[in-house]
This record gives sequence, structure tokens and C-alpha cells, in this order.
Amino acid sequence: MSEEKIVSGIKFGILSPDEIRKMSVVQVTSPETYEEDGTPRAHSVMDYRLGAIEPGQVCPVCGNTIKGCPGHFGHIELAVPIINVLFVKHIHELLKATCPKCGRLKISPQAFERYRKYLAKLKDRYPYLARLFTEYIKRQAMKATVCPYCGAKQPKIKLEKPTTFIEQYPDSKDTIRLNAREVRKRLEAIPNEDLELLGYDPRDARPEWMVFTAFPVPPTSIRPSILIETGIRSEDDLTHKLVDIVRTNERLREHIASGAPEIIIDDLWELLQYHVTTYLDNEVPGIPPAKHRSGRPLKTLAQRLRGKEGRFRGNLSGKRVDYSARTVISPDPYLSINEVGVPIDVAKILTVPERVNEWNIDELRRYVINGPFKWPGANYVVTPDGRRIDLRYVRDRKSVAESLAPGYIVERHLKDGDIVLFNRQPSLHRMSMMGHVVKVLPGRTFRLHLSVCPPYNADFDGDEMNLHVPQTEDARAEARTLLKVQNHILTPRYGGVIIGAIQDYISGAYVLTIKSTLLEKEEVIELLAAAGVVKEPPEPAILSPRKLWTGKQIVSMFLPEDFNFHGKANISSGPLRCDDINCFWDSYVVVRQGKLLLGVLDKKTIGAEQQDSVLYWLAKEYGVEVAAAFMDKLFRLFIRVLERKGFTLRLDDVAVSEDVQTQILNLLSEAFEKVRNLVEQYSRGTLEVVPGRSLEESLEIRILEVLAEARDKAGEVAVSSLNPFNYAFIMARTGARGNVLNLTQMAATLGQMTVRGERIWRGYMGRPLPHFKRDDLGAIARGFVVNSFFRGLSVTEMFMHAAGGREGLVDTAVRTSQSGYMQRRLVNALMDLYIAYDNTVRDSSGSIIQFAYGEDMADPSKAPHGKIVNVERIVERVLGEI
Amino acid sequence: MPGKRSLQDLSKVLEHELVPKHEVLSVEEGLEILRRYGIKPEQLPWLRASDPVARAIGAKPGDIVRIYRRSPTAGEIVVYRYVVPG
Repeated sequence: MSEEKIVSGIKFGILSPDEIRKMSVVQVTSPETYEEDGTPRAHSVMDYRLGAIEPGQVCPVCGNTIKGCPGHFGHIELAVPIINVLFVKHIHELLKATCPKCGRLKISPQAFERYRKYLAKLKDRYPYLARLFTEYIKRQAMKATVCPYCGAKQPKIKLEKPTTFIEQYPDSKDTIRLNAREVRKRLEAIPNEDLELLGYDPRDARPEWMVFTAFPVPPTSIRPSILIETGIRSEDDLTHKLVDIVRTNERLREHIASGAPEIIIDDLWELLQYHVTTYLDNEVPGIPPAKHRSGRPLKTLAQRLRGKEGRFRGNLSGKRVDYSARTVISPDPYLSINEVGVPIDVAKILTVPERVNEWNIDELRRYVINGPFKWPGANYVVTPDGRRIDLRYVRDRKSVAESLAPGYIVERHLKDGDIVLFNRQPSLHRMSMMGHVVKVLPGRTFRLHLSVCPPYNADFDGDEMNLHVPQTEDARAEARTLLKVQNHILTPRYGGVIIGAIQDYISGAYVLTIKSTLLEKEEVIELLAAAGVVKEPPEPAILSPRKLWTGKQIVSMFLPEDFNFHGKANISSGPLRCDDINCFWDSYVVVRQGKLLLGVLDKKTIGAEQQDSVLYWLAKEYGVEVAAAFMDKLFRLFIRVLERKGFTLRLDDVAVSEDVQTQILNLLSEAFEKVRNLVEQYSRGTLEVVPGRSLEESLEIRILEVLAEARDKAGEVAVSSLNPFNYAFIMARTGARGNVLNLTQMAATLGQMTVRGERIWRGYMGRPLPHFKRDDLGAIARGFVVNSFFRGLSVTEMFMHAAGGREGLVDTAVRTSQSGYMQRRLVNALMDLYIAYDNTVRDSSGSIIQFAYGEDMADPSKAPHGKIVNVERIVERVLGEI
Repeated sequence: MPGKRSLQDLSKVLEHELVPKHEVLSVEEGLEILRRYGIKPEQLPWLRASDPVARAIGAKPGDIVRIYRRSPTAGEIVVYRYVVPG
């Protein structure tokens, strides 16, 4: 081992021409890259000395083969100075801040001395402030109109994108173009002390080095050529660009030597500048990007580093990994929330290294004998001396199995009970990657419990997810203790349950727990069996004429015996509203001593993403294992309830009677009459103007009000005519799926379609579609849809509906991209903040960001919904009453 | 740009209801704070000496300022600022 060194800092500088020449192994002068016989030409950009690139080739510079040769730089002696585009901003500032005549920074000698001392002090203690101060000095210097040293009048210097500087003296109209040679001369004239005041370190970054006179040619290994099967060589984009530079440079040199006219030289100079500029960055604004023969823009230096697929974001911040799998996901209600179903085909490829010991040797021998193609088997055996045996190519696996001994490592297939990480992009919060226990299943998809859809934001319309297998014992232990799904039931965002009942689970819970559900003994047994419970049912609620159990009794069997809870159910609204225990509608939930006494279970009490629910207090007070088991068992039971009942949504559910239909139409025509009146008033000019709005806006607002009211009324009429136990209505009421507005749109009327909050009016002159009269301000002509989804839309209605729907799609697309970028910036800014053991929030340097985390040091996932303490809950728990 | 305001004008800043109570700490108190958090003064959040409140209470670069802030979640909380030039 060589001496251990620690990086204490990194400093960037600019390569000086001397350095470029010093590190160069060859001066490149030949624009031709290959000789007739196909060997690289000396003094070309493919010179052998730039490094060994082919296997077996020995580098003439370092003597290494392709494996050891790091590659070597060459250089081009430029015939004329060339500005480095990447520094034009700095060059521009320096030119403006210094005197073109004497090169001094335009700060008076007294101020200079003062600033220098002050800056030295700042640099010591506040490097960040020092930088701000140099900016200030720079601005001061740029303001001067006369040089405080030589008294020369100062020109205005403009930067013409991307690399041309133009100056103009205040008393003349002429503009002078500065060529790169002149720019370099001026930069050379700036004294070191002046540069230090601007924050430059002249030892590592003299400004004249921002203008090339010698140009580095990177090693060939950085720009490998590709051999196509036909034997034709295809060079890297960088090589192409370097050839362009060499060719132009040599032509320029010849012309200068032969004394060609200035115009020709200037033209060539500009061309060389163009080549160098695009070599460094092919996306500089103001010039056309250099293109390949096929018309594809070249990928040059800056393009290799920049952007999502660039070196930094693509290769350094993000990497591709082994021991991972990706496939489509699908639901499986018979899994535990902690489990993930893994296809056998995947399990046969992903492996877990297991060290052989005397207790597992027999099992591992079995795996080795099974081999890589039969599950559960093994893919590799690693011997104690580090040799990897690939079981795919072993003919006699039995003898390998025989040779196993403690100390060997077997890379066995994934099997039931292994812990893996499961992830769905975008990984927006920590619940986007959780630990699951493997359950190997037939099929080709990953299977997951429906209750873990909300944290992943997953559905099954083709979503894919990733799976990673931890390879060390530490990683597995950490995954099991910290990352398992059950540890994430409570979200750290607002402290509520993010994993809970969704959709059918909620419908099922409601159907089971309503008062009218009475179960025969056989039914009780079937339901309990579905939940996998072996337990004596309680005394039946009804003994005669038959023994009958209530759904609430079944649910109570799964609650801890000393559990108490009270709170409103989701259905507690409108006519079913209940605010306390005296509840006729069964919409107030009361649990005493582990018995569900009153109320139905629905979204509010067992749903996902709810606060202060039954699930929440279960997880909080009895631990996440209890909550997880509660969900695993009971949710399966709820599904069985629905399966027995046959719960679905059918056309009848949203069909309304003739009678109601006429009522709805009457309501709507009344509203249309009102709209006509408003339009009438508007055209007569008697319409009342809404304060702060124009007459037209007032009309629109009034019309929208009238129509919205009409739709709501129509919806009310339709919904109240529905059977309260029809499936669509149950789902809307319990919060399982849909809402009253959806029902209204299905049963009564779609109502007003809008684009950007306005009635639809764009399209033809004075009308959105040619089906209408010009300047018709009536309801139908501006996108009011009279029909319901049940009745079906007319042609024009369908168009209006599509216009509104399109806006929604565009909005979501825009929102996701914008919030994604915001998230990226926030994460980059906050990623290394942490809460120290003294509860202060600190950054990576240990500086304090916040003196107490969140000012109250409360962790929302631990404290009850972010409050330090919930006194009422404690009282209820202790006394067992409200 | 408005000219520099007088000290008198500045003292009005302290009377504004949104400006919490600031006080300059003595050297001993300051050292105690640094010891408590185990940090160098620069690792505290900064307060510019040109900040109106800093000027109103006469805080000079190098001082540590204690601020009693109202907090919606924690009632009152105490924070510190290190006064830097500028």
C-alpha cells in the first residue's frame, strides 16, 4: 500500500500555453489522419504517441499496453491567438474593468489599498463574503470613465456573441473590432496585484490564458474510433473537430507566411475561431452548431458533460446497478402488505450470496445440485480462495455440491422470505422505495398488495417497478428493521396513515359493517377463514329465531381488546350527518374495549391518506406489526364480503326515472331562460356590473353562476332519487371511489364545459362551432352539456367535452414537468442537511441552519399529527370514554 | 437609491410588530452559545451589519445577536445570529 493521503481541497485553474506544451508529447500539424496503408500518421490527431488504443499495441511514450497506458496529450501551435468561448464572460468583465492603455484596474490608488487590506481580512474568515466583495470591486472598476492611473479615456466595450469584442470611445461614433491578439495583449497587461483584487489567483489563472496560443489535443483513448464490420473506420466527433482545427490552422499559417491579403487571413482566423468554439461547446448561442455529414449536430466537449445524460448527471450521480430487476406490476390481494410477488424467471437470475456453515450446508448443497436453471437453485459458488465457479458451465454439479465446506459462498436464487427493495419512479419521497419480503410466484409480473399503491403512487395500467436485492448482511438487516413496508404506514409528511384501505376495501368494510348485515354461522366461518383466523366467534348478536352475527362483531374480533376510538365516518354528511354518539344514521364510529359498537367503517376510519383514523391509532398505540396484521387479515375479509355479495357498478345505478328526467330538464330550461334574460339585459345595457369587472366579464360570471347552480340542483334531484344502496352511490358516499359530482354527471347532466375557467368560445368568428349562430351567447352555444353520460352526448356536446378534457391533460403534463424541476432543485439544495443529536439542523460543514428542528422539534411521523401531545386521546385511552 | 437613514428612523424598525426582539450578547454570553453548540462563530446563521435591525441595536461585526421569535408551532423560540460585515 502506498502512503495514504487525504484530499483537503480542490482548486481549479486555467492551463497556460507553457503547461500545454509541457504536457504535450507531440505537436500536431497534419490534417491527414491515416497513411495510405491505414496506419495512423505521425503528427496527426491519431499519432501513436497519443496513447495505445489497440490491444497488444505498446505505447511509445510510457511503454504500457492498452491496459496501463493512460493516454497522452498532444498540442497544436495556433498560428493566431484564439479566444476560449467558455471564458468570454470573464474576458469581457476584465476588459471592462481595466484600462486598455496601461492595463491597471480602474480603482483609485487610495481605494485600491483600502480594498486590498479589507479583502485580505475577509478572505481569512468569510470566503463567501470575499467573493461578493470582489464582485463589488469589479462593478466599481467598470463604472470608471477615466483611468485613475494614466488618465486615458475609457471606451465602452461590447461583447458580440459569441466571441467578438467591439469597443467604442465616448467622443467618436466609430466602433473598433478587437481581434483575439489585441484582447490577449490587454489581458497580459493586467498586473497580478490587480487580479487578486478581482478574486483571481494569477498563479493558476492568468487572464491571458483564456486566449489560446497553444491548443491541447486530448489522448485518442478519450475519442475512440469505431470499426464498422465493413472495415470502415468511423471517427469520434471530437476527432473530426480536431482535424478541422488542424486543417484551418495549417492553412492560416501558410497564408500568413506567404503574405496573403488581410481579408483572407481574417476570414480564416474567424473560421479557426469557429472550429475551436464548436469544439469546446457546440451549443453556443449566436452561431450555427457544427454538423456531421448526415446533418446530426456534433457532440463536442461541453455536450459530453452537460445535461441529463451528460457525464455528471448520467454517469457520476446516477449509475446502473446489478442485482436488480424491472417488470410490469399487478395486484394480488392475497399477499401481505409486506410482501412482493416475484416471478420465478426473475428469482432464477437474482441471487443472494450465502456463506456456507454447518447449519445451512445441506440446504445449500441442494441448491447447488439444482443448478442455475431449476428454482430454487444457485448460479455461482465462490471458493474461500476467491475463485468463482459458474454453475452454468459445470457438468458435474454434484461434485461441486460435495466440495462445499464452511467458508464457501453460494450465490443462491432468490427465495421466499428474502428481503428486497422495491421502487417505483419518480422516487419523490422515502416511501417510493420500501423493503418487501419475497414471495416467488408463477407468472411474469411483480405482484403487490393493493394498499401499498398510494405510497408508490402506482396503478396497474402498465406501470413497471424496480426491485433490488441487498447483497450484504448489514444491508439486509437494515432493510428488515427500517425499510419494511409496515414501518412506513405513517407518513412523515403529516403523520397520517398512507397505507390503508382503498377502493373495494372501503366498499367491503362498509357493506360488512352496516346495520342490515346479519350473518349466518356458515357465513361467519367462511369470512374468518378468508382472513385466516382460527378463533371462536363471539356470542351471536341475535339468538332467535336463528343465530345471527353482525358485521361489527366480525370486525371487533380483529381489534385489540383494550382499543378505544370515536370519530365521524365518511358518510357523516348531508342528511346522514352525526356529530356525536347519539347517532341514528350509524355515521359516528365508536369502539370501546375492542368492540365496534356504533358506526360503519369507511374511508375516514380505515382509509389510506387519512388522519386520526382507527388505523392511525392502531399503528401508533399497538405498533406497526399489529396494524399490518390488521390490514392483512381484515382487508382480505372485506374482499370476500364483496365477492359473496357481488358488488359492482351497473348502468341501472345511474339511471333515473322519466319523471326525474323531466324535472332535470325543467330545471335546466329554467336556467337557460335565466341566461337568455341575462344576455338580453346585457345587450340592452341594463346588466348590473360586478365591481372590478367589465360588462362582458360580468355577464360571463353571472351566466356561470346560474348554470353551476342549475347543475347542482339537477344533480341533487337525480342523486336523491337514487336508491341509497345502489353500488355507485355506496362508493361515492363511503369514499371508495367517485363523488357526488361524478354521479351528477352520469345521472343528470355534465354541466358547463370550460377552458381556462371561461365558457368555450374560441374557434370560428363569434362561435366555437359552425353549428351555432354567430354571437350566440346562450348556454348550449358556449359549451353547456345538457345530457348525462347515461343519456349520451350530442355531437357538439361531445366536442365541448373533449375541449375541456384536453385542457386537463395539458395541465397535468405541464404540472409534472414543472414540479419535477422544482423538486430537483430543492433536493440539490437540501440534500445534506441533517438533524444533529442536539436537535439542531445542520449542513455538511456543521453550520447551523435551524436551532431546533421545525422550532418545536416535533417529528410529524412520531408525534400525533405534528402536535407534541394529544391530551384528549390520552384521556380517552385511560378512562375508556369520551 | 435612498440615503442612509438616521439612527432615529432606525429605532422605529424595532417597534414594528413583525420585528422580533433582538439583543446583542456580551462576549461571555456569546462564548457560552458557541460552546453549547460546539461551533465557530461563522457557523451560526449570519446577520449583515448593514441590516436595519443590526444597525438599530448597534450590533457590530463579530457580535452575536439573540432573537426571541414567535413561532406558530412552539410559542417562543430563541435563535442566534452572527453579525458579519457588509
